[in-house]
Amino acid sequence: MLEFELEARRGSFHLQVEGRFAAAWTVLFGPSGAGKTTLLRLLAGFDRDRLHGVGRVVFTERLLTDGKRGLHIPPGQRQTGMVAQQTALFPHLTAAANVAYGLRNLDGAARNRRVEEMLDLAGAAALARLRPQDLSGGQAQRVALARALAPAPKLLLLDEPFSALDGQASDLLLDRLKEWVRAHGMQTILATHDVSDALSAGAEVLLLHEGRRVAFGPAAEVLARERVRLLIRLGPD
Amino acid sequence: MDWQAFFLTLRLATVTTAILLAVAIPLSAWLVLGRERRPAAAGWLAGVEALVTLPLVLPPTVLGFFLLVLLGPHTAFGRGIAALLGHPLAFSFDGLVVGSVIYSLPFAVQPLVAGFAAVPSPLIDAARILGAGPARMTATLLVPLARRSFLTAGVLVFLHTVGEFGVVLMLGGDIPGSTRTLSILLYNQVENFDYAAAERTSAILLGLSVLALAAIYWHSRERRESHA
Repeated sequence: MLEFELEARRGSFHLQVEGRFAAAWTVLFGPSGAGKTTLLRLLAGFDRDRLHGVGRVVFTERLLTDGKRGLHIPPGQRQTGMVAQQTALFPHLTAAANVAYGLRNLDGAARNRRVEEMLDLAGAAALARLRPQDLSGGQAQRVALARALAPAPKLLLLDEPFSALDGQASDLLLDRLKEWVRAHGMQTILATHDVSDALSAGAEVLLLHEGRRVAFGPAAEVLARERVRLLIRLGPD
Repeated sequence: MDWQAFFLTLRLATVTTAILLAVAIPLSAWLVLGRERRPAAAGWLAGVEALVTLPLVLPPTVLGFFLLVLLGPHTAFGRGIAALLGHPLAFSFDGLVVGSVIYSLPFAVQPLVAGFAAVPSPLIDAARILGAGPARMTATLLVPLARRSFLTAGVLVFLHTVGEFGVVLMLGGDIPGSTRTLSILLYNQVENFDYAAAERTSAILLGLSVLALAAIYWHSRERRESHA
């Protein structure tokens, strides 16, 4: 269960949104500039200086941010994983070393097993020895996903994580990921502006527009209008 | 040729460079990561950075004078250091090292701050959310990604120390084998109208500078070619 009440400013942009996510998979849906990335970053514990007002985040009854009490748990101590739009792989490390970065507490053998498992899950097992500069955009996103999942976070934040993958590869990876996070009791929030991604997730959807919550509920209800538009665009075939 | 002054200068520059790199890495990382983590603290971090940069604009003789007074027997600090080491720091090689470290501090910190600040912030965010603290981020991210800045910082500090005159003269005087560096030697040679010796000393100082700068440019060309 994730509850939050957040207000933040970045230049002229003003985000003011609250939510209570109980589902294992929630989609943040909205056009570019709606505030999806800003919200995910605040939930992850970044951009503390942009917070205004109450600023409250509670995850599984643990208070992570509380503006009133000046409480702010740093990003690395929130048991949160994040895949940002920019994959931000460490350029001097191989894909495997990138995935191993957050596994400092495991001994060598356990760490290697975990790295292999995560790369395999993300469909990037063959990329282990490659460096980020030798990866395509889609491959880098797979490795970034493996890196975020490796420390077994309780909350996974995905910001347009498969934008560089083609539709079929993205759907396959999304299905595999959903199965895996369900099996491991992980709560996931996926930010996307792609209707098909949001609908295929079959989850609860928070519709954002210009930093405000417009609607929240099951994907089929919240995105009914977008679904019709998508169907019209796809045509009678 | 006064080899004693030559080797003393090299020793002073080497020790100063080693100490400064060790000091400047955590200091520069603290300045850069502090700005990243707490933009609201950027104001007073800029104040610290300005303080670190002060020796760059302060006349060396003024800095040398302050240190001479501070490390001398007229202050509690100077007396404490003398009691600890068994001799006063002023007019000693150790005193010169202290003076050189402070005098050349900006030459080590500025390139490292620039190098560390050039590391893209998404990488720092990624390391933070994966649980890395400032020390680990510095060791595993900033230092390897800002390698070239170390060569620049090291060469600048080394050359700056080799050519140091005002601080050395004020703080160390002119004691052969202890505080007489090449710059002091050159000054003495000119004062004694021994222009032939002064030319040789100047040639050595010039040669050191050219060699070190050539190393930087050669290294940066190598990097450009390897990236091409």
